[in-house]
Amino acid sequence: MKLPIYLDYSATTPVDPRVAEKMIPYLSAHFGNPASRSHSFGWKAEEAVEEARAHVAALVNCDPKEIVWTSGATESINLAVKGAAEFYKTKGKHLITMTVEHKATLDTMRELERRGFEVTYLNPRDDGLLDLAQLEAAIRPDTILVSIMYVNNEIGTIQDIPAIGALCRSKGVLFHVDSAQATGKCPIDLGSLKVDLMSFSAHKTYGPKGVGALYVRRKPRVRLEAQIHGGGHERGFRSGTLATHQIVGMGEAYRIAKLEMATENERIRALRDKLLAGVRRIEEVFVNGDLERRVPHNLNVSFNFVEGESLIMAVKDIAVSSGSACTSASLEPSYVLRALGRSDELAHSSIRFTLGRFTTEDEIDYAVEHIRVKVAKLREMSPLWEMYKDGVDLNSVQWAAH
Amino acid sequence: MAYSDKVIDHYENPRNVGSFDKSEEGVGTGMVGAPACGDVMKLQIRVGKDGLIEDARFKTYGCGSAIASSSLVTEWVKGKTLDEAETIKNTQIAEELALPPVKIHCSILAEDAIKAAIADYRKRHGELEPGKKAVNE
Repeated sequence: MKLPIYLDYSATTPVDPRVAEKMIPYLSAHFGNPASRSHSFGWKAEEAVEEARAHVAALVNCDPKEIVWTSGATESINLAVKGAAEFYKTKGKHLITMTVEHKATLDTMRELERRGFEVTYLNPRDDGLLDLAQLEAAIRPDTILVSIMYVNNEIGTIQDIPAIGALCRSKGVLFHVDSAQATGKCPIDLGSLKVDLMSFSAHKTYGPKGVGALYVRRKPRVRLEAQIHGGGHERGFRSGTLATHQIVGMGEAYRIAKLEMATENERIRALRDKLLAGVRRIEEVFVNGDLERRVPHNLNVSFNFVEGESLIMAVKDIAVSSGSACTSASLEPSYVLRALGRSDELAHSSIRFTLGRFTTEDEIDYAVEHIRVKVAKLREMSPLWEMYKDGVDLNSVQWAAH
Repeated sequence: MAYSDKVIDHYENPRNVGSFDKSEEGVGTGMVGAPACGDVMKLQIRVGKDGLIEDARFKTYGCGSAIASSSLVTEWVKGKTLDEAETIKNTQIAEELALPPVKIHCSILAEDAIKAAIADYRKRHGELEPGKKAVNE
C-alpha cells in the first residue's frame, strides 16, 4: 500500500489514466484551433470538441447544443448567476440561495449585492437539506433566480432538485444548480428536471483541472449576459479559444462516468460504510449531515474533544480535510457545519473523508486503525476529554472566549 | 500548512503531557481558551519549597501550534522562579517555534496559560511568606 492514502476526492480527483491518454494527442499532434474553419487542423479539433460535448450532454441527458464550455465550475456559476441577473434585471432584482453553498456561489451573490441586487440566503434544516416551504415563502414577484447546489461539498448531502425545480418553474423563477460535486455520483436527467442552468466541473469526476461546462436550457430558452467577450465563441456565451485537450479530457471523463457510475458507486458506498462502521467504534463520534440523502463517497464526522487540524496533522498517513478553522486563514470553523446547527466545538472537530475510484479496502482498513490510534493519543492530551471523563458538563464551564 | 521542524517535533513528541492533582500542595493550575474558539490549554506548575518551579504539565485541545506552544512553555518554566516564569512573552514562543502569523494567537494563549497557572498558585499559596511553612504541610 502506498502512503499517504488519498481520501480527499471531493477536493479534486486524479485524472483517470484513460482520460489522460485520450488528451495527449490534442496537445501536439492535433493542435489545431477548433475555431479555424479553413483547414483540417481546425476541423479535427472541432470534431473532438463536439464529440466531447456530446459525452457531457449524454451524462446529464440534454442536447449537446445546451452545453457551453468554461474554465471550470466557478466560471460556470459566475456566468449563470451574473449572466442571468444582468439579463433579467428589468424583471426583478431578487435572488435566492443557501448559506451552505460553495464560495463560488456565495461570493458571486455578494458581488451582485454590491451591484444593487438583493439576495436571500436560506439556512438548511439540521440534516443539511433545504426546507421547500421556506423556499416557497422566500420567492417574491421580483425574484429572478434561485441557485442551489446539487451535492454539498463538505457533507455530501443531496438536495431534492426535482422538487425545487418544479417549485421554481411553477413560480416562473429561473433555477440554477451547481452540480460540481454531483456528476458521476447522482444520476442527472435534465430531460425531466425543471432546471434552467447547471454548472459542471471536470476535475471532480476524474477529468483535468481548468475545464468545466454550463448547461443553458433552450426550451424554454434561457438568456444570459456574457461575462467574457472577445470573438463570440460558444454562441456568444463565452469567448476565448477552446482548450481542446482539456475539453477532450472532460468528455472522456464524463463518458467513463456514465458507463461506470452505477457499479462504481456501489463499490464506494460499501467502502464508505466500512469506514463509518470503523470510526463509529470510537466514543463520542458524530456524523455531520443526513446519512441517507448523501452521495456514497462522503463521510463527514466530528471527533469530539479533538481539534480538527491537530487530527489532520496526526493522521499524516491519510490525506483528508477539516471543517476546523485552523486549516484556513479565517480562524472561523466551517460555515456549512455551523449552518446545520452544529456547535462551534463540533465544527472545530470535524473531518471530511471522501473516497473515490482508486480507494481500496486495504486503505480503508488502514485508515480506520490509524484514526483510532491517533484520536486516542490526542484525547490523552486533551483537557476537554479529561473533563468529560471526570463527568464535568463542558457547557456549564465559564470559558474565557478569545 | 507548512510548520517548522520545531513545531512538528513538539507536536509529535510533546513534553510533559499530563495532569497534577489540582489540590496538591505546590500546584498551580491555569486553564485558558474556549472550545468554541478551537483551543483550550491547561497548564500546571509544581513549585518546590525553594520557590523554583520543579515540574510542569499540560493538556491542550487545539491545533498543532497550540500543542507545540504549550509543550514548549512547560520545558521553559522548569527551574525558574515564579517571577522569572512570568516574564515569558508570547513573542519568544512564536520566535522559537517560527509560528506563521495566523498562529500567533497560540503563543498568546500559552503565555496566558502560564500566567494563569502562576496566579492560581499565588492565590492558593499567596498568604504564605516565602520561606515559611504552610500550615497543612
